[in-house]
Amino acid sequence: MRSLRDRWRRDRVLLLLALPGVTVLLLFHYLPLGGNVIAFQDFQPFLGIWHSPYVGLDNFEPVLTGDPVFLNALVNTLIITLIQVVFVFPLPICLALILNATVSERLKRLSQSILYMPHFLSWVIVVALFQQMFGNGGMLNAWLRSADLSTFSVVGVPELFKLMITSQVIWKDTGWSTIIFLAALSRVDPAQMEAAVVDGASAARRLWHVTLPAIRPVIVLLLILRLGDSLSVGFEQIILQQAQVGAGASEVLDTYVYNHGIVGGDWGTAAAVGLIKGMVGVALVLGANRLAHALGEQGVYAK
Amino acid sequence: MGEPSKLGVGARGLVLGLGCLAVLVPFWAVLMTSIASPEEINSAGGFVLWTNEPTLDSYRAVLSGGIVTRALLVSAGITAVGTALSLVSTIALAYALSRPGTLLQKPILLMTVFTLLFNPGIIPMYLTVKQLGLLDSYLALILPVLVNAFNVIVMRAFFQGIPGELRESAYIDGAGELRILLRIVLPLSKAVVAVIGLFYAVAYWNAFFSAMLYLQSSEKWPLQLVLRTYVVNNTPIGADQLSSNLENLPPQISVQMAILVISVLPILFIYPFIQKHFAKGLMVGAVKG
Repeated sequence: MRSLRDRWRRDRVLLLLALPGVTVLLLFHYLPLGGNVIAFQDFQPFLGIWHSPYVGLDNFEPVLTGDPVFLNALVNTLIITLIQVVFVFPLPICLALILNATVSERLKRLSQSILYMPHFLSWVIVVALFQQMFGNGGMLNAWLRSADLSTFSVVGVPELFKLMITSQVIWKDTGWSTIIFLAALSRVDPAQMEAAVVDGASAARRLWHVTLPAIRPVIVLLLILRLGDSLSVGFEQIILQQAQVGAGASEVLDTYVYNHGIVGGDWGTAAAVGLIKGMVGVALVLGANRLAHALGEQGVYAK
Repeated sequence: MGEPSKLGVGARGLVLGLGCLAVLVPFWAVLMTSIASPEEINSAGGFVLWTNEPTLDSYRAVLSGGIVTRALLVSAGITAVGTALSLVSTIALAYALSRPGTLLQKPILLMTVFTLLFNPGIIPMYLTVKQLGLLDSYLALILPVLVNAFNVIVMRAFFQGIPGELRESAYIDGAGELRILLRIVLPLSKAVVAVIGLFYAVAYWNAFFSAMLYLQSSEKWPLQLVLRTYVVNNTPIGADQLSSNLENLPPQISVQMAILVISVLPILFIYPFIQKHFAKGLMVGAVKG
């Protein structure tokens, strides 16, 4: 073992190279964690974090007593997560299976190019496009009007909001999400597949007994990551459309934190909700991962 | 393998075709409406899907100075500067972490990976940026997202794949670490640098919430905020905002669609370059970790 001094002399250039990146990570990922103390303060911006009085758990009151505004945000978040796990999560798997089974290499490449593209557009653009298509003055209604049919509103209707944001997520990310499943599908053992064909397995049975088991670890991994993210649902996407439908249908935990803290100035409560959300989020990832291990899957990290 | 059934081929083709149409039709409608003449827009009652009299008036109105032009320059500046800084610091950190046995390597690597697991939260981030005196500064849109741990890990994995002998021989020839990085490692890593650079660029170009959170004065707005205000929120946009000297302003919807097209165009332009690298399986390897 070389002495520390030797190692420092040998590695100082490398450490110097790491310095900017490390500094930024410390400043903007670790330092802000300390800012969570204001969850326990009656935070006053002019007093700052050092001089604001501590109030114990007062800020957690809306959470502990089940304040309706907070509960509404929580319930909306969970409903949206549920909808998206059930309806959005399987779509890229199906699309990947379709792409994988497409024999024509050109058709496959062309549709991949087109379907991946929306992933790279900002939420502002996606929301704008949806409004232009489905809004009251949008393309759909203009067409209905010109055909003398009755128009109908989709944008700005609270009842349809969750459907709306789900379609946006599907439009933006289904194509892109196929990448990882396609990678897994490309590693399905051809020998197994041939054996199944020789044994007379139908297409459906090959799918069920060969293809799906081969990509199961990837499916489980992504499902874990999605469940770990249960409390985060499209913040930018929702905040962009909140004004049109009101908080009742659209408030989720992240927008609650933003609206109460940054907009409303109730810093303590917002930070408290944000803190709980963050902690539950980490717990969910770890818990889901443990569940995966218990079911004999590899999960996000090895045991 | 079994013969593909006619029905299966047809059904798959249909699904793919519909999916592609769902992506392409909105773009087409937006593009056509942005270049259609006012008469055509009037008679169609909004969107048009084909124009016989294309005109670039709405682009002229938007790009002749005024709020959209300024926002475009702001976004381009943030994207250029941010991407350059991000790439330099990501490459440097990834290289330092790619060399086995470096002092403090384990803790630095752990510290980097851990940032993927948690999110500091909106309020603490805002307070940190405020405390550092970065509010209303463009640096607030760059520094907090300067280094993305995922990109560091991907790049590190790529650097580790470069044969150690290359580095060793340069070392014996008397090259220092910096020279090895610049002359040997980077020239071999063009593909990964290109992809990660493009990822950073797309993220800077698309950033919307950070601008809304940290920038207070509307003169500093990047394009995404202008897009939100005048297209998503439908705030009327007139001669004052455009400082246009066209006699007749083009219809509102053409102007809106022109802004939309301008904000999509850079993405469409660089997309083929990123796409080229998907094919190489680079990103797939990265996702695999």
